[in-house]
Amino acid sequence: MDIERQKCAPIYTALERFRKQRVVPFDVPGHKRGRGNPELVELLGERCVNIDVNSMKPLDNLCHPVSVIKEAEELAADAFGAAHAFLMVNGTTSSVQAMILSVCKPGDKIIMPRNVHKSAINALILCGAIPVYIDPKVDTHLGIPLGSELSDARAAVEANPDAVAILINNPTYYGICSDLKGLVKLAHEHHMLALVDEAHGTHLYFGPDLPCSAMEAGADMSAVSMHKSGGSLTQSSILLVGPRVNAGYVGQIINLTQTTSASYLLMSSLDISRRNLALRGKESFAKVVNMAQYARHEINDVGGYYAYGTELINGGSIYDFDTTKLAVYTRGIGLTGIEVYDLLRDEYDIQIEFGDLSNMLAYISIGDRIQDIERLVGALADIRRLYSQPKSESFTAEYISPTVAVSPQKAFYAEKESLPIRETAGRICGESVMCYPPGIPMLAPGEVITQEIIDYILFAKEKGCSMQGPESPDISKLNVLKEVT
Amino acid sequence: MQNMDFWFGEMHTENVKLCIRVEKQLFSAVSDFQRIDVFDSPEFGRFLTSDGSIIFSEKDEFPYDEMIVHVPMAVHPDVKRVLVIGGGDGGVARELSHYKEIEVIDVVEPDKMFVDVCRRFFPHNACGLDDVRVRIYYEDGLRFLRSKEDDYDLIINDCTDPLGHEAGLFTREFYGSCYKALHSDGIMVYQHGSPFFDEDEESCRAMHRKAFRSFPILRVYQAHIPTCPAGYWLFGFASKKYHPLKDFNPKRWNQRGIKTWYYTTHLHKGSFMLPRYVEDLLKEEEN
Repeated sequence: MDIERQKCAPIYTALERFRKQRVVPFDVPGHKRGRGNPELVELLGERCVNIDVNSMKPLDNLCHPVSVIKEAEELAADAFGAAHAFLMVNGTTSSVQAMILSVCKPGDKIIMPRNVHKSAINALILCGAIPVYIDPKVDTHLGIPLGSELSDARAAVEANPDAVAILINNPTYYGICSDLKGLVKLAHEHHMLALVDEAHGTHLYFGPDLPCSAMEAGADMSAVSMHKSGGSLTQSSILLVGPRVNAGYVGQIINLTQTTSASYLLMSSLDISRRNLALRGKESFAKVVNMAQYARHEINDVGGYYAYGTELINGGSIYDFDTTKLAVYTRGIGLTGIEVYDLLRDEYDIQIEFGDLSNMLAYISIGDRIQDIERLVGALADIRRLYSQPKSESFTAEYISPTVAVSPQKAFYAEKESLPIRETAGRICGESVMCYPPGIPMLAPGEVITQEIIDYILFAKEKGCSMQGPESPDISKLNVLKEVT
Repeated sequence: MQNMDFWFGEMHTENVKLCIRVEKQLFSAVSDFQRIDVFDSPEFGRFLTSDGSIIFSEKDEFPYDEMIVHVPMAVHPDVKRVLVIGGGDGGVARELSHYKEIEVIDVVEPDKMFVDVCRRFFPHNACGLDDVRVRIYYEDGLRFLRSKEDDYDLIINDCTDPLGHEAGLFTREFYGSCYKALHSDGIMVYQHGSPFFDEDEESCRAMHRKAFRSFPILRVYQAHIPTCPAGYWLFGFASKKYHPLKDFNPKRWNQRGIKTWYYTTHLHKGSFMLPRYVEDLLKEEEN
């Protein structure tokens, strides 16, 4: 990384120059620097509406960057150690989808963990590719999905030598990391591309002593959620591309669905955040790690809770742990993560990222202060004092290997009918059934419903698992394809 | 010699500003927690500000320190262990040092610079910290409290700003932690802000809402402090057992012969008699 060059922020600088020129706007957006919408100026402030401008010669154009945006993308590529970087303005969803659409044609196979983000499944619906799933191992005590094990990936690769790519989710929401280097090597040995959904891993490129990042591992593409740990505005993201992938083609794929009026608020936030990360990322994330470690220690001291960390590492499904993540197992005080989430918000004015049946996750970032960490820990201690219940374990569903009968695309567009769940054995599922914990689908569109799966869904439901996805909320019915296999 | 046109200004709302003529600025520095400034003024004497808000002045610190200490001390019959959260200026400790039966005064102040500045510029307050019973902890108040259980007779929350770096001390987790740290007949008193201006009303309400649900006995009392917004300040009296008026023992307190400038046992009773609009807004938060 060229630190001197990284001090530049070309989009930001161009916007500043443009602002001072006081150009009279006879172009869109029609609010004309906010004059036509005083209420919006009141809400967002003058500086903000002033740079909400359209693409023009001095500001470049995201659809075909030739000047300041091109330069910003080059700087981002350099900062992340990629061959090329794309600034993305429709969320990391668009980055994940661009990765998959760039490597898969209709009918191509792609290997991915079963608990992949729905943006990836939606990409399969768009392009007609066929998923081959790897079993994400589950920690049955914590009730969370883990990483992809190398041996499972190898089995999938060997059984499907015609697959074009492996998609890896790293790190997970909970901070679990897979053996990225091993998985990338495996993919390349079998002439497949390695794609990484790195939505929760922007900081891995900058922080000290953090798990391996996708580009460092030699991956071919990675979707990086800059707006999560990177500090940019919501909805901004970066797509990284390695040397084996044709960046020109990726650009064409992105332009299939990307807006032709990309927001300069989003792009400048990416530009400035990239600069911050390159210049100060190391100190910033050292601080984040320290805060998360401190919180982990203090929360574990409260008793009842379990804030987990690197002690989980097992060399396989938990190859590494991202210490900036603060996930806490709450069953030890007899409460679900959802209950703790609600108490924190309703009673203590603290908003955390999410709660599931056994865990809660507090997002720690470069914007946090130690006094806020004290509030969180204090509130958790108070919740334990006032609301704890007898200890309870939750039931965690097991993994049943799916049989993909038709592509998610075909299942999506097919004629469907609703049947009582017990009558659906042998039919092809038209919707997805997610089971929490551990947040892994039991069924996805295009998969064969077996008696084993039906029995298991009913059993897990009886045991208190939450089933989400189907149109019928109590999952008494399932939508299946009319066409019988 | 003519006065310079040199003024300190503090916005009490977007539309109301308190201005104090300043003779000179004695100190200004930024700590890990706040920006601290010290000024000399003809009207209020020396005063200290945190992030541009007055924390106390020589002229009007007495109502504050006396009311937050003598009110609970005249109610609780046997205070031995006291915890002061904030209070790095020493004014509260100074008032507490009048009471012989107190054995321990723990002062928890996260910002060491604040204590150092007070020692240097406000010896009249800071002398309270020199009492042998005082132990100073440079720690976050919430963190200090977390491990304390059934440990104190009286907790005084001496922090002023519910929106600043001490925001954690106006939260439900703070009141809950205090409850846990107190003995079964313990009392906590805290700053309740100023209810007059619309902007402050909401934080005043939120504080009452949270504290009211944390303690069985919760009453609010008032004092007149000129440098506070609208010159009007409330305190919260949260208690596990003793009622601030029914268990109040004026005779016993008067026998102590403590010299005060603001507090009297008559005023003690009067300070719990609140204006209708304050009574109403508090009551609304109790339902």
